[in-house]
Amino acid sequence: MASTLAEKIIAEHVGREVEPGEIVVTGVDVTALQDGTGPLALQQLEELDMVRAVNPGKTILFMDHAAPSPRKELSNAHQVLRSFARATGAVASDINEGVCHQRLVESYASPGDILIGADSHTCTSGALAAFATGMGSTDVAIGIATGKTWIKVPETLRVVVSGGFARGVYAKDLMLHLIGEIGADGATYMALEFTGPAVERMTMSERFTLANMAVEAGGKTGLFASDDTTRAYLEEQGRGEAYRRLGPDQDADYALTMEIDLEGLEPTVSAPHTVDNTMNVAAAAGKQVQQVFIGTCTNGRIEDLRIAASILRGRKRHPHTRLIVTPASRSVYLQAAEEGLLKDFVEAGAIVTGTGCGACVGVHGGVLGDGEVCVATQNRNFHGRMGNVKGFIYLASPATAAATAIAGEIVDPREGYLESQG
Amino acid sequence: MSLKGKAWKFGDSISTDHIAPGRYFHLRTNLPELAKHVLEDADEDFAAGMEPGDFVVAGRNFGLGSSREHAPRIIKLAGTSAVLAQSFARIFFRNAINVGLPVLEVDTSGIEPGDQLEVDLQAGEVRNITQGETLTFAPLPPVMVKILGDGGLVEHFKKYGDFNL
Repeated sequence: MASTLAEKIIAEHVGREVEPGEIVVTGVDVTALQDGTGPLALQQLEELDMVRAVNPGKTILFMDHAAPSPRKELSNAHQVLRSFARATGAVASDINEGVCHQRLVESYASPGDILIGADSHTCTSGALAAFATGMGSTDVAIGIATGKTWIKVPETLRVVVSGGFARGVYAKDLMLHLIGEIGADGATYMALEFTGPAVERMTMSERFTLANMAVEAGGKTGLFASDDTTRAYLEEQGRGEAYRRLGPDQDADYALTMEIDLEGLEPTVSAPHTVDNTMNVAAAAGKQVQQVFIGTCTNGRIEDLRIAASILRGRKRHPHTRLIVTPASRSVYLQAAEEGLLKDFVEAGAIVTGTGCGACVGVHGGVLGDGEVCVATQNRNFHGRMGNVKGFIYLASPATAAATAIAGEIVDPREGYLESQG
Repeated sequence: MSLKGKAWKFGDSISTDHIAPGRYFHLRTNLPELAKHVLEDADEDFAAGMEPGDFVVAGRNFGLGSSREHAPRIIKLAGTSAVLAQSFARIFFRNAINVGLPVLEVDTSGIEPGDQLEVDLQAGEVRNITQGETLTFAPLPPVMVKILGDGGLVEHFKKYGDFNL
């Protein structure tokens, strides 16, 4: 039987062919918790008297949502994670290391893996041809202690992308556009599989942005076949040996195939308060903005910071618009420092924060005031998301976000902002 | 098992941020305290006004967003009998079963706020006592029936020491 990429990875793990809809108990290769979901998971293991990690080197406890901790309760939560790591040999990824999904792709996820993480954007690692999906604390706890989980083999929605991005249009615009087309529940229970000539040309950074937001369409994971781009990325991370070529069979059976031509794709935003409330940036242009946030597991990579810095270099943020820049990991931070990007940001009037998730998830470091509007490069604009139910969040690409910070209102980055000033 | 209570009506796309807001992130290790804020950003009267046994009744894609298991846990901890919705987001649905909270896909469009409901999980029926109508729902997949029947995944493991699905 010809298999989709999701079916192929699951079949390899269970040692037989699988069909969409069937439920299998499978081994897992990588498990991850973060500081919001981790303490509850470890509490379940204590209750079960199963405080152990069967694969400690691939069990990672991330301290990223509250990094550094703004409250004693969260400092105590961090202590719980560190103490489990000491007791079991699991990896504690402390507050300086970075956002879990960025760290997973840099150092842990490999083609062909099954990866479960107690964070919904675990699907990001799907870009490395890993079946990576978000689950709750208890599911991941069981995965840590037993090396197993159960999975309903998903149907696959294939997204075939052709053409090339116009100047000023990026992977983020494509993903927002796609979610707007199929809706926030358009891929519920399904795996997304991205393919086509445009996907083959995409950088890993672009693929991570797409995979990251699969869950915003309800998807279980967002998969890409591995290829020379994947190999080069893993080699850059010092993990060349993790590479293997993995893709779907040619005549695999897809529940649905969507075709998207990048020609004509415009810079796109998601307006409050749902991710599928998308529109061309022109339709939102002129909206006054009090805060711009560039970072996160969606768009906080070095490629994203380069795009933002190229727009901000030699320009100043609008006096009424705060600008927060958060590199997605320690290595992104270091690279941005080496390239002088942090200087560009600070000179433009930004605050560059340490790595972490705090602003996006409304924990700390960028909470909105009543009635304030934020343009953010993150993946969610739900009611209350950035810590205030009276805030308004527009999702956008790093280019749209950077241009907006200069203009003080939502603008199309192609209106003069892509031309370098510095 | 028969469940009885009144309906609290919510709309479409109720996210985990509505259910367990990020600004209470520090309360995630204190579930009874977090439960006092359950669904606060969708209906600020729910947590204080609901009575044990009541139902959360919603539209499409209930529970979309984060993987936070705290969301179904605090709905259950508050005393909710079950969540009825047109459809559910995947991670929330699975988490609800894992923590022993019944989640039923049913046509909720005709249910009004305050309607008295009675749910028979075995028969797959929702009886709207106020309106004198009966709705049916498709049974859960057998794997989920098993986990829910054991009282959640932790209880399942206590019973069998492994997956026994």
